[in-house]
Amino acid sequence: MTEQDEAWFDEAAGPLVRPYAVTGGRTRSDQFGLDMITLVVSLMSVTEAAGLPPEYAKIVRLCQRPLSVAEVAAHIDLPLPVVKVLLSDLIEQNYVIFRRAAPVSETPNKHVLQAVLDGIRKL
Amino acid sequence: MVSGNSDPRRRLTATAVKLLIAGGFGVGKTTMVGSVSEVPPLRTEEMLTSASEGVDDLNGVEAKTTTTVALDFGRITINPDLILYLFGTPGQDRFWFMWDELATGALGAVVLADTRRLESCFPAVDFFERRGLPFVVGVNCFDGAYRYGTEEVRAALDVSASVPMLLCDARDRESTKQVLITLVQHVMRNANLLPTGR
Repeated sequence: MTEQDEAWFDEAAGPLVRPYAVTGGRTRSDQFGLDMITLVVSLMSVTEAAGLPPEYAKIVRLCQRPLSVAEVAAHIDLPLPVVKVLLSDLIEQNYVIFRRAAPVSETPNKHVLQAVLDGIRKL
Repeated sequence: MVSGNSDPRRRLTATAVKLLIAGGFGVGKTTMVGSVSEVPPLRTEEMLTSASEGVDDLNGVEAKTTTTVALDFGRITINPDLILYLFGTPGQDRFWFMWDELATGALGAVVLADTRRLESCFPAVDFFERRGLPFVVGVNCFDGAYRYGTEEVRAALDVSASVPMLLCDARDRESTKQVLITLVQHVMRNANLLPTGR
């Protein structure tokens, strides 16, 4: 995060909008409430995904093991909101399933916290 | 429908949790993420459409309504069913729009402070205090020169005595681990899950 941050307007914002071409211009898809750490995994094999449009096939390939929405976005190099739209399409088709992180209002789960603590200690 | 194997619980039992690493621009957030992440820090882009009016002066250029902010994050697989993500928060004020989404569902946060420009972490401290998200302050000592003690930093930041504060080196894995351990213990204490903190 250095000089790139100064390039706030990038190349006249063209590349910023173009990713939405892969979503058919759709910019929002909140139906599943996907967030950055929602985990997704594909129910489809890589072979089965071969017939899908390339971005979808790429996601299916990545999601052979559970990944967060943010990781999918980072790996296919598309902005988060675009990836959420694509993932929503795949979820709708039941090609991908997802699991949201625990709701905010919930008190932090003792077992989860203890596991995180132990996990960090073991690093 | 691809196959009969569509029971989500059979294929996706893992839970994801996240911690935030906040602080001013250039304070070492991504370095800290990288020091413990099992993968080199990943970068993703969030986009904002139209909510940034008034922030930028484009001087005659027709206002763009879409802007992006890069987020760096790392991953620690705690066990097959639990994945911890560490997200660096955007360092600049103009990216405040991201903070709510980042903070949603976060267990807690590290505010990384640079004693050469302490004021750059004020917004993070304010944000977490207002939001009631447990946080610890890590005073990043870049060159090993401990210019100030933690109590001086505490006074300067005006954070309560209950907020853990420790010196650290964001480049150092053991040091980062210590900061994260302190944070998780603080979160547990806050939730009354640790007997000692009552």
